[in-house]
Amino acid sequence: MPLIESAPALPMVRAVGVHKRYRREEVLKGIDLEVASGEVLCLIGPSGSGKSTFLRCINHLEKIDAGRVYVDGELVGYREGGDCLFEMHPREVCRQRADIGMVFQRFNLFPHLTALENVIEAPLRVRREPRPQAIQRARALLERVGLREKADAYPSRLSGGQQQRVAIARALAMRPKLMLFDEPTSALDPELVGEVLNVMRGLADDGMTMIVVTHEMAFARDAGDTVAFMDGGVIVESGAPGEILANPRHERTRAFLSRVIGARP
Amino acid sequence: MTRVVPLRRPWLWLGSAAVLVVAALLGLSIWRNPNIQHDVIVQFQFAPAILQGLRTTVVLALLAAVIGAVLGVLLAVMRLSPSPILRLASGFYTWLLRGTPLLVQILIWGNLALLFEHLGPFRTNDVLTPFVASVIALGLNEGAYMAEIVRAGIIAVDRGQNDAALALGMSHPLTMRRIILPQALRVILPPAGNQFISLLKATSLVSVIAGGDLLTASENISSANLHTIELMLVATFWYLMLTTITSVGQHFVERRLGKTGVGMHAAH
Ligand SMILES: Nc1ncnc2c1ncn2[C@@H]1O[C@H](COP(=O)(O)OP(=O)(O)OP(=O)(O)O)[C@@H](O)[C@H]1O
Ligand SMILES: [Mg+2]
Repeated sequence: MPLIESAPALPMVRAVGVHKRYRREEVLKGIDLEVASGEVLCLIGPSGSGKSTFLRCINHLEKIDAGRVYVDGELVGYREGGDCLFEMHPREVCRQRADIGMVFQRFNLFPHLTALENVIEAPLRVRREPRPQAIQRARALLERVGLREKADAYPSRLSGGQQQRVAIARALAMRPKLMLFDEPTSALDPELVGEVLNVMRGLADDGMTMIVVTHEMAFARDAGDTVAFMDGGVIVESGAPGEILANPRHERTRAFLSRVIGARP
Repeated sequence: MTRVVPLRRPWLWLGSAAVLVVAALLGLSIWRNPNIQHDVIVQFQFAPAILQGLRTTVVLALLAAVIGAVLGVLLAVMRLSPSPILRLASGFYTWLLRGTPLLVQILIWGNLALLFEHLGPFRTNDVLTPFVASVIALGLNEGAYMAEIVRAGIIAVDRGQNDAALALGMSHPLTMRRIILPQALRVILPPAGNQFISLLKATSLVSVIAGGDLLTASENISSANLHTIELMLVATFWYLMLTTITSVGQHFVERRLGKTGVGMHAAH
């Protein structure tokens, strides 16, 4: 009993001193972050502060130059051996990515496939699920995001909000342990933002671990467990949404928030 | 109701009339030309030797197109691979084969026996018949051109597609095959159709190594009966038939591709 109590719950994501540079420009300058299992972390910050880059480091779409990223206790993209890090075989990287869902600002649905085909593609080809089972689950997922009747529509026939909801269903079809959202509503017309945020709220309520880059402060306040403010490649401060959004400690956070909230009341 | 009066375009009409007159005169000068024996054209238009050559031309073009397409995809993927060695190899291949005349390449393949008497356990001339040499020369050359076409197609696919596929755990080859190439096809097909038309005509070059194609057949006959122009007209007719059929086919394929609702540009 005491053994179990004292063992700290393993965080779902642990980033330690993550550095990333593009040529000369250092984009991430040492990111330290922990996201507990079931936690919803909202990442906010000005354009160019490195939010997208950090998300892409978590599923190894970008290689990091220093530091470590652990997802569910497993080092992402490398193997530890002595005091060296060995790059993983691409097959291993794919296996890790399969457990991490990602939703993009521009949806990135596969335009040559229908909504249903978008959702079943990876379960069929990566997980090698039997087709009937994959289709059945895909229909259930499309139903969950409110798009049951759009299963056979091509992305070009869907609105932005519908496309983004298909994209969420597509990511969920892999049964991820973690979902990464990179400004999922920034490319949407204002009236379509709500439907996507609602789906995300439902996910959060179901206990999905999520990292959400967003400018939707209302969402961060009521769906987020934690808000982290990023600027210039570092996390300036993080804490409960109420604290960070209402009483930011740092001047940079304050300046950013007044800009954002001023722009979008 | 106001009447719409179309703009008058006298020069357009005049120009069109002039073109028609010139075309008619040209046709007439061939038709009435005493130096052309029309009965020779009629005699050979469907002659077995000519039809055999025609078949060879078609087979040659199809084989070379298949080799070229496979090679083109391979070279394009190599060209875009993370490995500098593969990129360099692909670049070198394209540089070499696009940088030298096809005629020279055909002559080299046709005369390879002068360079290597044996290919492994076989005598070069037994393996590399004029037909085989023609297929190889045309196919390898076609590959270099297709590589550029395929590469342009792949590059035209939005980078986000690659990100999305990788993020789902799909491997690089799987992403290429299932996500990138099917989308690239739309960009690839129109220039690939033009490339095939060029190839149809380029097959005539293999007549220099007696490749057995339509032009070889025509030349064989004309060198015996000396009716050079007549036999070239016979060949011209067949080449035009082939390229016309290809163009029509290309048109339909492109129209179908445009219609299937596979909009590459998602509505935002
Ligand atoms: N592939 C790349 N090559 C070079 N520089 C890049 C690349 N991707 C991002 N950057 C640079 O890295 C910095 C951080 O970019 P990033 O996209 O992570 O910012 P962001 O916080 O997501 O901004 P936004 O809110 O505009 O999406 C920017 O200065 C950008 O120019
Ligand atoms: Mg971004």
